[in-house]
Amino acid sequence: MAEKFRPKTVYVTYIASTPEKVWDALTRPEFTRQYFFGRTIEIEPKQGGSFILRMPDGRVDVKGAVVTWDPPRRLAVTWLVDWIEEMRNLPECLVSYDIAQAGEAVRLTMTEAHQWDVPDDLLSGGRAGWPAILSGLKSVLETGKPLSVKMEPPKEMMAALERLKQG
Amino acid sequence: MRSAEAKSSFVYVTYIRATPEKVWQALTEPEFTRQFWAGTWQECEWKAGAPWRIMIPDGRVADQGEVLETEPQRRLVLSWRNEFKPELRAEGFSRLTYLLEPEGDMVRLTVRHEIDRPQSRLIEAVSGGWPLILASLKSLIETGESLAATRRWPEGV
Repeated sequence: MAEKFRPKTVYVTYIASTPEKVWDALTRPEFTRQYFFGRTIEIEPKQGGSFILRMPDGRVDVKGAVVTWDPPRRLAVTWLVDWIEEMRNLPECLVSYDIAQAGEAVRLTMTEAHQWDVPDDLLSGGRAGWPAILSGLKSVLETGKPLSVKMEPPKEMMAALERLKQG
Repeated sequence: MRSAEAKSSFVYVTYIRATPEKVWQALTEPEFTRQFWAGTWQECEWKAGAPWRIMIPDGRVADQGEVLETEPQRRLVLSWRNEFKPELRAEGFSRLTYLLEPEGDMVRLTVRHEIDRPQSRLIEAVSGGWPLILASLKSLIETGESLAATRRWPEGV
């Protein structure tokens, strides 16, 4: 199924850690709540399993399904934003994390891929969010202390959603 | 990258728990860059119009250009030409912008590297390098230790 998805946003970082710890940070709620804007992950550890990112107030932010569960190397999930009503009917995207040993560090590559000709304005949410999320993940693993980035959905993304709804 | 605009660019954003003063210092002062930027250091007076270059420990110049704009602790724009790889040097000058934006107890650091030509090999090359250098900068500032792979110039390069 991955063939129809084309990468639109890629973010790479290097972390002084081990692949196993990076895998745990991506898949365990006690980690995700520290760096993913307070979201907790609920994920069934198998291909085809369900995947949810839940907001601190209990609402579902993102839902999807596990496409690849290959610890500690690759995690891929389908990704549908649920908390913004206008995004519920968009085609789901595919988010994958590739973890590789790179010398004494770990290279983490996040790829957000889409199956339709998604406008750049709609990509702005991810392009703003991923650097904050993955900078936070790195800080949590290297220092034990999360960052506290505050962020609203970008105006250009919300405007693009409005145009899609009317269009 | 948008080839329609006959331009290549790479943009990277990272958040670092530090003051803008600290991040600025780390980006410009040799005692810091040596630790996270492959053993290199920059020679520059850091004022508009001043020449600028990155020195490789063996004495070669890695890249050089001049300071186009500077607003200390906030924004730095450099012209940038590679000097040690002929095929990259042939592409001429690119433009590098550092933007430091304070946010709470953090800095949002944006690095933009661009050149007015499509399918630039320079931009392709730096796209592979910047994430490692900037990840190591963040580690150095937040933990006191840079990433081991960035502490010396790679052998054979």
